[in-house]
Amino acid sequence: MNDDKRHIVSLLVENEFGSLSRIAGLFSARGYNIHSLSVAPTSDDSISRMTLVTFCTDAKASQLMKQLDKLVDVINVKDLTGETHIEREMLLLKVKSTPKQRDELKRLTDIFRARIIDVTDTTYTIELTGPTEKILAFIDSLGKIKIIEQVRSGALGISRGSESLEIKK
Amino acid sequence: MKLSGSEIIIESLKKEGVDYIFGYPGGAVLHIYDALFAAKDIKHVLVRHEQGATHAADGYARACNKPGVVLVTSGPGITNCVTGIATAHMDSIPMIVISGQVSRQYVGSDAFQEADATGITRPICKHNFLINDRESIADTFRKAFIIATTGRPGPVIIDIPKDLTDPNVKIAFEYKKNIKIRSYKVKTNEDENKIEDAAKLLCLAKKPMIYTGGGVILSKASKELIKLTRLLKYPITNTLMGLGAYPSSDDQFLGMLGMHGTYEANMAMHDCDVLLAVGARFDDRVTGDTKQFCPKAKIIHIDIDPSSISKIIEVDHSLIGDTKSILKKLTSFVAKHKRNINNHELEKWWKKIKSWQRKNCLSYKKSKDVIKPQSVIETLHKLSKGKAFVTSDVGQHQMWVAQYYKFDKPNRWINSGGLGTMGFGLPAAIGAQLAYPKEEVICVTGEASILMCIQELSTCLQYGLPIKVINLNNRYMGMVRQWQEFFYEGRYAMSYMDAIPNFAKLAESFGHIGMVIDKPENLEKDLKSALSQKNRLVFVDVITDQTENVYPMIVSGKGHHEMHLAPSANEDIELA
Ligand SMILES: Cc1ncc(C[n+]2csc(CCOP(=O)(O)OP(=O)(O)O)c2C)c(N)n1
Ligand SMILES: [Mg+2]
Repeated sequence: MNDDKRHIVSLLVENEFGSLSRIAGLFSARGYNIHSLSVAPTSDDSISRMTLVTFCTDAKASQLMKQLDKLVDVINVKDLTGETHIEREMLLLKVKSTPKQRDELKRLTDIFRARIIDVTDTTYTIELTGPTEKILAFIDSLGKIKIIEQVRSGALGISRGSESLEIKK
Repeated sequence: MKLSGSEIIIESLKKEGVDYIFGYPGGAVLHIYDALFAAKDIKHVLVRHEQGATHAADGYARACNKPGVVLVTSGPGITNCVTGIATAHMDSIPMIVISGQVSRQYVGSDAFQEADATGITRPICKHNFLINDRESIADTFRKAFIIATTGRPGPVIIDIPKDLTDPNVKIAFEYKKNIKIRSYKVKTNEDENKIEDAAKLLCLAKKPMIYTGGGVILSKASKELIKLTRLLKYPITNTLMGLGAYPSSDDQFLGMLGMHGTYEANMAMHDCDVLLAVGARFDDRVTGDTKQFCPKAKIIHIDIDPSSISKIIEVDHSLIGDTKSILKKLTSFVAKHKRNINNHELEKWWKKIKSWQRKNCLSYKKSKDVIKPQSVIETLHKLSKGKAFVTSDVGQHQMWVAQYYKFDKPNRWINSGGLGTMGFGLPAAIGAQLAYPKEEVICVTGEASILMCIQELSTCLQYGLPIKVINLNNRYMGMVRQWQEFFYEGRYAMSYMDAIPNFAKLAESFGHIGMVIDKPENLEKDLKSALSQKNRLVFVDVITDQTENVYPMIVSGKGHHEMHLAPSANEDIELA
């Protein structure tokens, strides 16, 4: 259990009926957890790109890659964990903003290069993009400020350099 | 040529060379049945329960290596297929299941006989499709056949809404044989250097062992396996699914391995220093305790499915691709490096194996009073000259067939190894008999298993199938009773059946010949007379020893060297 590591996996998948449940189903059937999952079409809208984060041992991750690759709908799959890659996640955060807290909120937003995207009498809604650690650090830094609602996209990943999941196939 | 959706389905099946469909009609597939009515080249076999259709198609596929085809209606039609689809999936059997769906306008509305067929079958099939438009029917069928029959085979389900099969809406039909599925990849060729490395390693072995499974049969690689094994002169064992790929009567064959494998096969696995695994998946019934599996061996694994490699047992050398072509290449590399084989060591190894063989682990106490189930299988083997297609259900009788019917040819042994489905045997025999109308087809079953698909006796009558059903009737769910005897201090909870039908009469009421054999002295002569009925199904109810157990046995979670042997082979049950 304690050898579990965070693995970030990129997938290119046929944008077809049932593809997503095939992938989700594989995780539950084979005893993997999905920590986060994001899906959207690519420039070719018959293909979806997914980024998935799971925690497991390296051996289980390599088995997972093979199982995912075996799914007929999966065009390409890669575990980005071991190679240089970039990760981003987006956070939308609605917090209570009492007049006293507004300055503090603005300051934190600046430090983390976040943006305030909606304001009411009593709330601020803040947008932040960055690696997962940055998102977590930001949430942490809020201290006593009350979070009303927190929406995270889950991590997106892309490899550095000229590598592409797309041209390989 | 303009065709309706239903006609496109039939034409597609014809283009795929389908000769039999196993099915059962219902509302959502009536248009398709109507089109089938006019079709001459395809014969439809009407089963009595959709589970029977899937097992029959499966038995057909296992017997002749062609995909089995099933046609059922929506809702209960497809849900009745679930067990059969899962059975085929676990053993990688190519199958196409066509299920009707409610018309598109009703999908998702809990319409009459609506079930989410693709949702239900997703985890138990290789792939499935829900067709959304008429134009994609033909392509979907082609894709389904490609997926079902290539790579590691498996069942594919095609769910088709009724409105798409409307006879009054016709579109152009074209069947594109060479369709590409961009997301579907099958690796067939392996790097020759890797194959040569494996050959070198094999030739350096001092205590080699070859262990092969169903993959050899699925890729029709029996000839290649025999050639390689004879060239190497190494010992070989088969899994339950792999029996027949290597002739059981051959001296190099050590019998089946695993939970109920032979002493010599399991001991050789435990002691070997190089293991060649071919088309086998290191199932837990084969490996026992994985921590104690082949502890001294370097392992070479040949398989078509990359996800089988190092899934359960970490292997040292993997060769991914079609078993047949890899075995061929491996054989030529072995020929090149054969001079490295240490014949002296190999001789010593064979001596050791012979000493294990002297335990005679499959011997059993003969009896003049009760019929020993093992002797039934031995007699069947003798009378059918080892050439029959034998299907089985699940339980002790299945293991006894595997142990005592010495299969010499692939595809002759048809059983549910992976899922272990009771009810499989009789419908599977239907498929095998239709694939080979002139061959002897025997279904060895148990009094519990046979009742799970007994209704298919009616199908056998309709199509005049002269199957021989041999019911090893021990008045117990024998395999369950055996476990209860060993692990639950003989508390036989629900493993005894005290309202067993009169099987002979039951068979007669289905229009067949029923027979009872209850005395050892009648066994051979009565079995002979049953088998001599060339045109009739004969149901032989053989009353066997109630207390017999399957030996040897490796208790779950134990190593290969920790077998229980039969009390008759050694005075008491001893730990080898
Ligand atoms: C559908 C199904 N249900 C339950 C089981 C569990 N099971 C395995 S063997 C067995 C008993 C089989 O009894 P019988 O057919 O009489 O064969 P025997 O072991 O007596 O030869 C049972 C219940 C199974 N394999 N399949
Ligand atoms: Mg029984």
